[in-house]
Order: sequence, then structure tokens, then C-alpha cells
Amino acid sequence: MTIPRIVGAGLIVIGVGVGIGRIGGQAMEAIARQPEAYGKIQTAMLIVAALIEGIGFAALFATAEA
Amino acid sequence: MAKILFLLALMTSLTGFGKEANAEVAEEGKDIKTEIDAYIQHHLKDAHDFNLFSYTDGEGNKKHVGFPLPVILWDEGLHFFSSSKFHHGETLAQSGDKYYKLYHSKIYRTDAEGTINYDEEHHPTNVKPLDFSMTKSVVMIIFTGLLMFWLFRSLARSYTKNDGIATGAGRFFEPVILYIRDDIARSNIGEKRYQKYMPFLLTIFFFIWFLNMFGLTPFGVNVTGNIAITTALAVLTFLITNFTGTKDYWKHLFDPLGDSMPWYGKLPLYVILIPIELLGLFIKPFSLLIRLYANMQAGHIVIMSLIGLMFIFKNWIGSPLSFGLAFAISLIEILVALLQAYIFTMLSALYFGFASEEHEHAEAH
Repeated sequence: MTIPRIVGAGLIVIGVGVGIGRIGGQAMEAIARQPEAYGKIQTAMLIVAALIEGIGFAALFATAEA
Repeated sequence: MAKILFLLALMTSLTGFGKEANAEVAEEGKDIKTEIDAYIQHHLKDAHDFNLFSYTDGEGNKKHVGFPLPVILWDEGLHFFSSSKFHHGETLAQSGDKYYKLYHSKIYRTDAEGTINYDEEHHPTNVKPLDFSMTKSVVMIIFTGLLMFWLFRSLARSYTKNDGIATGAGRFFEPVILYIRDDIARSNIGEKRYQKYMPFLLTIFFFIWFLNMFGLTPFGVNVTGNIAITTALAVLTFLITNFTGTKDYWKHLFDPLGDSMPWYGKLPLYVILIPIELLGLFIKPFSLLIRLYANMQAGHIVIMSLIGLMFIFKNWIGSPLSFGLAFAISLIEILVALLQAYIFTMLSALYFGFASEEHEHAEAH
């Protein structure tokens, strides 16, 4: 648990959080603009969130120790 | 609603009783944190016997409830024996003139005393035979395959018997199958070619979904959290993408600009562009496998760590809170199980759609 690993893991989580938070926020705005497209927007939001999460997890596993 | 909340509160508060039961464990001198760490590591890995649970009885003997699985090794000859010879890692197994030791769920060839040579990072350097054993994951995969086969066969038969209307438990799966066909396959791959890919997409979706759900049960089978299994699924997607790719797919990969530029203009660009395209060709399935593996593995680690936290806090406030948190995270993991299966299927369908693109823009080239 060296300091660079901890700092790296924290930065990764910040990046993932900002990314998924932004996409969630814009999805909320889009639903508010057009409530009948709720299903499609929700699907697209989940897909993008899973993509961002995938990168985040891969990076987190790289910072973990043996 | 109030009854459910009352039951939940009762269950969480009962975990405070755990402090008496674990007093003896702490007095043994073993730090409970390392014990929990070892327990979690053991549960995340594959095992050569189906160990349902183990307990320590009155005299202090460790008893295991489960059944051993066959071990099949290829080490200058076929070795076939039951994993009960290992006695959960305590003894050596002898087959012919070779001795094998089970160390952290991996089998190593040793000599008669069972020595394992470690290198600097404390990894064993013994020779490992080729391990084709029927481990817990293999049993789970076979079981899931049979379950899927039985489930969807009975759904298909109910269609023929009931004139197009599904009956029985298969009724739950019909809208899911239609969703995969319409929103995942048809919209990504297109009307002309989506039928070819439907069996694979359906199989992958239900396979990953059922395996993820089985990982959440108390049987302790962590199949999709095993990077070998997710690699196999991603390799299948990779092979199907590239073997059913149309000529336009390969053309777009190696010659994206086409006729719009003369060859001496394209060459310096392609020196940079083609390696990136080739890299993308491998990174797309690689991200599939990393995403599924990391999501499942991390979910299991979090749940088991929180349950372990319950035993570290031995008071009336910490244990119920940890239990409540572990319960909530388990509910999220149920959602993640379905979501990861959906994402894997959707991205596979997307890659198949890329591979089966037709040459629409004839004028631009």
C-alpha cells in the first residue's frame, strides 16, 4: 500500500466519478426535456456508464498489489 | 412494508450476538484480519473440491461438508485421482511416482517431502502439470449449461404444445429473448444478418446472467470472477467477429481512405492509422473481458469484506451496520449481474454490427 498506489487509485476513482456523474446529469436533463424518451435515454446512459466503469476497473486492478 | 422493515431490523440486530462465538478464535493468537483475508482469497479462487462449508466441532477438529471432485493432470502421462487425496491442501497426493501438492488452489509437482521452492516475490517455482481437472467452476458451468438447456427446451416445447403461447416458467424469459432480438441484435446488426448471430447472443446473455447470479448464492462459486472464463468468452466474440467479417469490414480496417487519395498520400497516414486500427481490433474484446471480470471480482471482494467487517466489530452497533451495508451491496450486485450480462451482449452485438457492415456510401468513395 505505497503512497503512489493510493494516490493513483484515488485519481482513478475521481475520473470515473466525474465521468459517470456527468453522463448521469446529462441523462437527467434529457429526460426532463423529453419524458417520453425515458427508456432509450436510460439504456444509453447505462451503456456509457458501464464503458467508463470498465476502464476504471481495469486501471484499478493495475494499481493493486500482487 | 412495515413488516419487512421490522424483519430487516431484527435480522441486523441479531448479528450482535456474534461476539461471543468468536471470542475463542481471537484468543488463538491469529489476527482475525489475516484470517478473514485468507478466507476471502480462498473464496475468490477456484477449488478442486466442492466445499459447501466447513466448521470447527467441539474438539477443535475442522470438518468440511462437501464432496471432492476429480483431478485430471497431464504430466508425462495422464493422472486421474480424486481431490480427497489432497485433504484440503494438508497432504501430498501421490499418483504413480509423482507427488503433487495443492498450494493456493494450484497444483505443483514436488518431491516426496512436499518442498515448494519460492522465488523473491514468494511465488512458487515448482513445475506445474497441465491441469484439466474438474474444478468447482467446471461443475458450475456444466450445471448452468444443463439448466439453460432444460429451461429453454421446455420453453420451446411449450410453444409447440400451446399453439404459439408460452406456458410455465418460460414465460418469464420470453420478453427478455424478444428484447435481445429486437433492441440488441436487430438495431445493431441490421435486418439482413441478425439471425446468424442470435444463438450466440442469447447463449452469452443467459450464460453470463445465470453464472453471475450463482456467484451471489452461498454456495461460493465465483465463475465469472475468473479471468480465464471471461477470456474464453471474449475470445469467442473476437473469433466470431473476425470470421464473419465482410470484405468491407477488412477494407475499412486496412484501407479506410479508399480511392479518395493517391497512394503516396495515404502511405504516411497509414503508417500511423493501421497500427491504431489493429490495436483497436484487440482492445475491444479485451475490454469486454476486463469489464466482466473486474466487476464480478470487485463485487465479491466488497461483499465478503463487509461480512468480514461484521466479525471485526464485535459490538452491538458495528456488526448490524456492517450487515445492513453488506445486504444493501448484495442487492446492488443483483442489478450488476444483469447489467454486466446485458453490456457484454450489447457490445458483442455492436462489434458484430461493425463486422457485417455493407458498402453503403458508394458515391463518397
